[in-house]
Amino acid sequence: MNLPAKLMSLFLLGLIRALTGAQARWQGCPPKAEQRIYFANHQSHADLVLMWAALPQELRSITRPIAAKDYWTKTPFKQWITTAVFNAIYVDRTKTNDQDPLEPLIDALESGDSIILFPEGTRGNQEEPQAFKSGLYNLAQRFPQVVLVPAWINNVQRVMPKGEVVPVPILCSVTFGAPLALEAGEDRGSFLTRARQAVIALRDS
Amino acid sequence: MSSFLRNLSPSQQVGLLFIIVFGLLIAASITALVMSLRDHGDNDIRTQDIKELTSLVNTSWVVCTVFWLSWASGETVATLLFAIVAFFALREFITLSPTRHGDHRSLVLAFFVVLPVQFWLVINERFDMVTVFIPVYVFLAIPVVSALANDPQRFLERNAKLQWGIMVCVYGISHVPALLLLDFPGYVGKNAFLVFFLVFVVQTGMLVQHLAARKWPRPPTAPQVSQTFHWSSWLMGLAVGGFVGGLMSGLTPFKPAQAVAMALIACVAGSLGHLVMKALKRDRGITNWGSQGKSVTGASGLLDRVDALCFAAPVFFHSVRWYFGL
Repeated sequence: MNLPAKLMSLFLLGLIRALTGAQARWQGCPPKAEQRIYFANHQSHADLVLMWAALPQELRSITRPIAAKDYWTKTPFKQWITTAVFNAIYVDRTKTNDQDPLEPLIDALESGDSIILFPEGTRGNQEEPQAFKSGLYNLAQRFPQVVLVPAWINNVQRVMPKGEVVPVPILCSVTFGAPLALEAGEDRGSFLTRARQAVIALRDS
Repeated sequence: MSSFLRNLSPSQQVGLLFIIVFGLLIAASITALVMSLRDHGDNDIRTQDIKELTSLVNTSWVVCTVFWLSWASGETVATLLFAIVAFFALREFITLSPTRHGDHRSLVLAFFVVLPVQFWLVINERFDMVTVFIPVYVFLAIPVVSALANDPQRFLERNAKLQWGIMVCVYGISHVPALLLLDFPGYVGKNAFLVFFLVFVVQTGMLVQHLAARKWPRPPTAPQVSQTFHWSSWLMGLAVGGFVGGLMSGLTPFKPAQAVAMALIACVAGSLGHLVMKALKRDRGITNWGSQGKSVTGASGLLDRVDALCFAAPVFFHSVRWYFGL
């Protein structure tokens, strides 16, 4: 990380902690430097920032969040912050036939990084997350050695609702649950339902 | 001894006070540590008691350190410190009161306009404005902003909650540093004692009330709200608080009888305010403020620690101002 990026990351961490507390609750597993896929509910663009801030320093440097390409590359500043500070992986949400959208994720996992994934694909505005897309299943199948950790992000949508620019201070937390594994012969649908339930279960824990 | 004390300058007197207080805290911490080391975990009630004692001592450390810092660094820094406390307390309050999208601009107003303005008024000693800014002007401004957001659902409830949060967290806490800026004739440089007096009598009253309720358990007066609150233990807390206030009259600009009366006023406001905040917490179904009221670490929220002060400070401040015509 170069100096401006480092300063930016310190500034962002301070700001996020002052506004939200960014508390991590490691309920089902300890924070550990093993290769992991964190998957969480998605209600706001700030989810990515909060997850990043909630991870301890050592894990933050080896964990790469997934960012929607259309939103996070809209301005040069957003692009800079996602690449230089968050070290994010861009995913193209518009369907193109010639390229597998999971490819950048596969590259990252093959090089040993952990990733943060929002399997709903888009932001929801309901109480419960929408149905999970199959990306999580495909990755779990392809990388059986990577630990799958469910996470519940709480309250972020209240900090900055859709269409607002000024965030308000409200305490947020990220709860990490017990790791999940793809069972032998488990089909796509039941695995995705199980993964979604694991995330929802963390809400009330 | 007393002539020695009188010959010290005001700031030396205050410094001596802090040395004594921190000495007492060290003694209390050591006692709690020894008790927890000798605890074998075979008696759950005892273990629980030790836990409560430790958390009480820890709270006192935090509070005393804040006061020491604020005294050591001057009145403006002290006021800013309390502004930060108010910010975090309001953050906890709002987190646990469900808000809607339509409240967003009102919240921005509360955090980034009302709070700084209130503390700015305190720093500038505009006490008449400090008194009415939130109850009069903000009382109108917040619902106007909410109404413009075009969301009538549970409108009164949402605005009442927000106004309440601002009153408790911003208005209440801003009156603690305001005490530092009151001009008593012949009491220059000693206003820190006034803050100390307020905090000490309120905390003493609460502690005695807590211990009395443990020692002589009685059917609680309002069991749905508090399992421990009873008028008899409350009166004991008041009596000791008032008595301690009388003993401390030498530190304050009050005569002994005035000091007892002021201490009683502060204790009544503080302990009943604490009860009110307990009712709020029960309503939200939580045991303490802080993140979602379910703290993994066992630490409770900031608001749990300052709620008595939030109610005691404005009542105490305005009683003093009114009685002494300041």
